[in-house]
Amino acid sequence: MFESLQGRLQQIVQRLAGRGVLSEVDVDAALREVRLALLEADVNFKVAKAFVDRVRAAAVGQQVLTHLAPGQQVVKLVYEELVRLLGETTHALRFADQPPTVILLVGLHGAGKTTTAGKLAMRLRNGGRRPLLVATDLRRPAAIVQLQVVGQQAGVLVFSVPEAADPVAVATAAVGEATRTGHDVVIIDSAGRQQIDDELMAELVTMREATSPHQVLLVLDAMTGQEGVNIAQRFDELLRIDGLIVTKLDGDARGGAVLSVVEVTGRPVLFVGVGEKLDGLEPFHPDRMASRILGMGDVLTLIEKAQGAVDAQTAADLDGAETAAGGVHLRRLPCPTAPGPDDGPAGIASGDAPRGGAAERRDGWDGRTRPAPGGGDH
Amino acid sequence: MNWLDRLRESLARTRAQLTARLGEIVGAPPAEFFQQLEAALIEGDVGVATTQHILRQLSDRRDARDPAARLAVLREILLDILGAPAPLRLDPPPAAVLMLGVNGAGKTTTIGKLAHHLKTSGRTVLLAAADTFRAGAIDQLAIWAQRAECELVRHAPGADPAAVVYDAAQAVKARGIDVLIADTAGRLHTKTNLMEELKKINRVLTRELPGSPVERLLVLDATTGQNAIAQARVFTEAVGVTGIVLAKLDGSAKGGVVLAVRTALGLPVKFVGLGEGLDDLQPFDPPQFVDALLTA
Repeated sequence: MFESLQGRLQQIVQRLAGRGVLSEVDVDAALREVRLALLEADVNFKVAKAFVDRVRAAAVGQQVLTHLAPGQQVVKLVYEELVRLLGETTHALRFADQPPTVILLVGLHGAGKTTTAGKLAMRLRNGGRRPLLVATDLRRPAAIVQLQVVGQQAGVLVFSVPEAADPVAVATAAVGEATRTGHDVVIIDSAGRQQIDDELMAELVTMREATSPHQVLLVLDAMTGQEGVNIAQRFDELLRIDGLIVTKLDGDARGGAVLSVVEVTGRPVLFVGVGEKLDGLEPFHPDRMASRILGMGDVLTLIEKAQGAVDAQTAADLDGAETAAGGVHLRRLPCPTAPGPDDGPAGIASGDAPRGGAAERRDGWDGRTRPAPGGGDH
Repeated sequence: MNWLDRLRESLARTRAQLTARLGEIVGAPPAEFFQQLEAALIEGDVGVATTQHILRQLSDRRDARDPAARLAVLREILLDILGAPAPLRLDPPPAAVLMLGVNGAGKTTTIGKLAHHLKTSGRTVLLAAADTFRAGAIDQLAIWAQRAECELVRHAPGADPAAVVYDAAQAVKARGIDVLIADTAGRLHTKTNLMEELKKINRVLTRELPGSPVERLLVLDATTGQNAIAQARVFTEAVGVTGIVLAKLDGSAKGGVVLAVRTALGLPVKFVGLGEGLDDLQPFDPPQFVDALLTA
């Protein structure tokens, strides 16, 4: 399915190549495919529509750059808008002036809260802090045991109260304990819950009020579908979340829910979880996420190469003290996606676009040659 | 109010809203109706390809040209994709159920509920704690075994999961137990070594219970989007999945991706999970599912 979408997009990019103007028709044709690609990646239906409408408005109103073929330029705009949206807010973990810093992890069942709590604790410990993990999932059988084992692996103390029945009381006691014993960060692992379960959501609100966390972080499974929006909105509405941790990014999910959630909450992604080992918590890279969601690694590669060629040519022209109009550039440039007179439809496929599997597409962005420093418009 | 009541109530609301959402525009020009329908299906995680497939089928049906008949025809198309209810194949005993899925899908909880479900229908059950990897998984299953009042075979954390399954198979044969349910560690389908481990578990199970029916159930989180298709494909290639358990359907997600999974791989949904209580596992009911899917 995805392959065919990508194939169709390439056809469109190709069809539009070399015309030099971004007409409304060109933009619409490319954006139709972009929208489908976003939906396939699990970007929410309404978010995808709003996003595409925004790019359309910007694209049609924009002065046409002649470096790229129109279809490529639309994809470039889409990509840049994705990166901007995903990365525009700051995303560093904030610490309280007066320790302990209290961090509350919330999310649905099975999102990966406990593993994430362990990873976060280990990361903080390695950074010279003294975190305390708190087990407040009193509902799921053996959830406390799980956190205790994880804490042991991370070399971090786990606070729990045997036979406790009230998670809020446990959380409050833990903050007191941390203050007494000089732990500077308290990580509260809460029980998973459906965001439409009013009773359990009310419990979290009480816990928030009782422990005044400095950060409430929503743990979001990268495989989440269309409901990501409603989940995040509800958690944010009731708890005012400060940011996200996206889990299970070592799989092959495209992760479109991340875009949906960032779009509707305006909250940043702080970390991403990869793998089950406790060192698998990494900083968030908006460019990688954008590329993964869009899934058009091939097209993006070609755009970047074209961009690089443009920059090189421009530099050469400037060296020769010859400034030419953009239109002239277009014809002179070795643009990999603009088929020459003899190039059949295989122009792209036989070129240097990577034709690998999902993994290659996903990681392609990292390994590609970036434009020379200062040379690109990034 | 218990989960079942909640579900019933929400389904009652569902029917009302179905009329509200698609019923209101049922007489609208086809373009608008199809647009709304596309939105409803995509927002239910049905996915682009399957949604297009459904819309095409609907627009090809002559009897759907009459606006009054549109919804009925649509339901018929969706029910046709889902197929007839597919009960577990457990006879002749001893039978085995291998529970599969990615991390956090809901395997262990599903096993506890399935054990109770089978006990209630008069079968004896033994659980095999073959998730020896995740912290606390064995203890979690032990508590479910207690709740469902069934037997448990467990090894120490970190033990070979295939060895646990081997011992469980011997125990089932020796004690004349009807059903063995094996838990497995959650694994992302992209981890080749873990999928190899799963094949080994499956081989041992099949070899030690020759001639026994073996259900290999893939647990899908209803909140999961299109990645469920890749999960189903890879797990099927590895061990031959026989059915889907759609877990966590008590949330707001519709789980529409099972339509895509069914279309791509022909896998039937056998159960849905509706909560964390012992009784919160129900045989899949296609008409209820379709009604919920078409709700805004």
